[in-house]
Amino acid sequence: MPPVLVIARLTIQEAARRRLLLALVVLTLIVVGFSAWGFHKITTVTRSDGSPLPPVEVALLTSQLLIVVTFMYSGVLALSAAVVAGPLISSEVESGLLLSMLARPVRRSEVVIGKWLGLAALVGVYAAGSAFLELVAVDWATGYLPPHPVQLVLYVGSEGLVLLSLGLVLSTRLSGITGGVIALVAWLMGWIGGVVGNIGTGLQNQAVENVGVISHLVLPSDGLWRGAIYAMEPDTLLAALRQAGTVGRANPFSAVDPPSVAYLAWVVVWFGLMLALAIWSFRTREI
Amino acid sequence: MADVAEVTRAAAPGGGAAAGSPAIKTVDLSKSFGHTAAVAGLTMTVPRGEVFGFLGPNGAGKTTSVKLLLGLLKPTSGQAWLLGRPIGDLQTRRRIGYLPELFRYQAWLSAREVLALHCELAPLPRSSWNDEISTALETVGLTDRAGDRVGTFSKGMQQRLGLGAALLGEPELVFLDEPTSALDPVGRHDVRQIIRGLASRGTAVFLNSHLLSEVEQVCDRVAVVDHGRVIASGTMDELLRGTAVRVRVTGLAQADKNKLAGFGKVDDEADQLTFTNLSADRVPDLVSQIVAMGGRVYEVVPRHQTLEDRFLQLLDEEEDK
Repeated sequence: MPPVLVIARLTIQEAARRRLLLALVVLTLIVVGFSAWGFHKITTVTRSDGSPLPPVEVALLTSQLLIVVTFMYSGVLALSAAVVAGPLISSEVESGLLLSMLARPVRRSEVVIGKWLGLAALVGVYAAGSAFLELVAVDWATGYLPPHPVQLVLYVGSEGLVLLSLGLVLSTRLSGITGGVIALVAWLMGWIGGVVGNIGTGLQNQAVENVGVISHLVLPSDGLWRGAIYAMEPDTLLAALRQAGTVGRANPFSAVDPPSVAYLAWVVVWFGLMLALAIWSFRTREI
Repeated sequence: MADVAEVTRAAAPGGGAAAGSPAIKTVDLSKSFGHTAAVAGLTMTVPRGEVFGFLGPNGAGKTTSVKLLLGLLKPTSGQAWLLGRPIGDLQTRRRIGYLPELFRYQAWLSAREVLALHCELAPLPRSSWNDEISTALETVGLTDRAGDRVGTFSKGMQQRLGLGAALLGEPELVFLDEPTSALDPVGRHDVRQIIRGLASRGTAVFLNSHLLSEVEQVCDRVAVVDHGRVIASGTMDELLRGTAVRVRVTGLAQADKNKLAGFGKVDDEADQLTFTNLSADRVPDLVSQIVAMGGRVYEVVPRHQTLEDRFLQLLDEEEDK
């Protein structure tokens, strides 16, 4: 097996042996259970005259609640990726664990890419697994499924990869705690930047709107999150948002349009830049 | 003080026919961290198949030198070759074993899995892994704990495991950085046996240590470093040529003792005066002078210089410069 895959396997093995995966699975099952109960309650809501809500309204309510629940999942994924990636390299440099491995015929780029691949696989599996369980639960409870479930998984997973990539870059130079904290703050700032951009759209203020655009370019986590929101919105909601004009675009928990192809292309470039930066940074680091 | 033949200023590269090249060759290898010179013009040659002791006080640049040779640090200037290839060459690392001073292995893996990981990274043919791992475990005395998680190991056991990992694949050159720092006397004895075993099968061992007795027992050749440069180097015989003389004497004032400096460097401890590098034919003159000064001589013991004597002497001389 090439060294890059050995390192990737080792990263996955570590997460499994250290019971990180088990903790995430148990927590996810608890959240899925509670949210299934919550979603089921929507179907029992009645109007003031005692009649049940029509299916359109159930779907609308469910979609909104699903967006909030998914925001929590994406947060868990982003935070976990940042916390795990932060010390991914730095802790092994500090402890000396990498010394004997780097004395083998292993390139530092292989260590960086291997660790990224291993953690990316975990992020992907978690995003797909948790989305599958949650959507099955929502479907069972309400009969509603978001219009683009596959895109939803891809956007939420990619958001996790953004934090993973940022954490990995920081991990090549900074201590685990510092890198993790910076990644978390960056994630929150990225989200706030997006919200500020929304407010700018609502106010029709180009300068404020540009804050959102720039923050989406610098750290695409919020831009991808907007894609995830779009993937969860039923057509009726989208139609209402479009009709509302700029006001409809001012809500941080709604997205009128999917991310553009150009933006998604930039995200791919951004990932490449982050990996290149991490490799360069680690290659030039003295151990 | 580069007083021994093996410390060369050769400008010739260490390349050429890899098989005939020395295990390690460095020419003016230097490394600075900011304004601090950790290694300052290290020039040395380590022949193949020998156990080479690399000695020095704390902060002398020993571990930095090892890291430079292994490509973990980038030299500020100078050149070095391992097994005939420039340092940093990826393929050469297939033929090298390394036990770091800061030894740490994946706590969540078993000892066997850690060794398998190193077999894979080395990389060794998969068909040989079982034999390699079993041999390594047996050599370092961990066969009974092969299936246990490394996280449950004592420091000494982790160091043994690291040594086992360094021995995988019968490397041509093994770097051992303070290999017995966490070991008990039995473990230290075992490591000496292992090092001798390596030398007997033709493996060059670069032993980085400040345990002088250990080095004295196993090394064919040593280099003493201080402030990042070699101050002496050679075979053990070459380095320990001098004879020390210990005299047990009373009745001498400090001024009298100072007058004896002409017989060489004096180490004054209570009623014992130790003269380093004093040849046997000057001993009668020494005793006569002590007696003439009113000293009462109880014992005169000539003895061969130990590595510790020589080491301290070299560092003193270096400090006096």
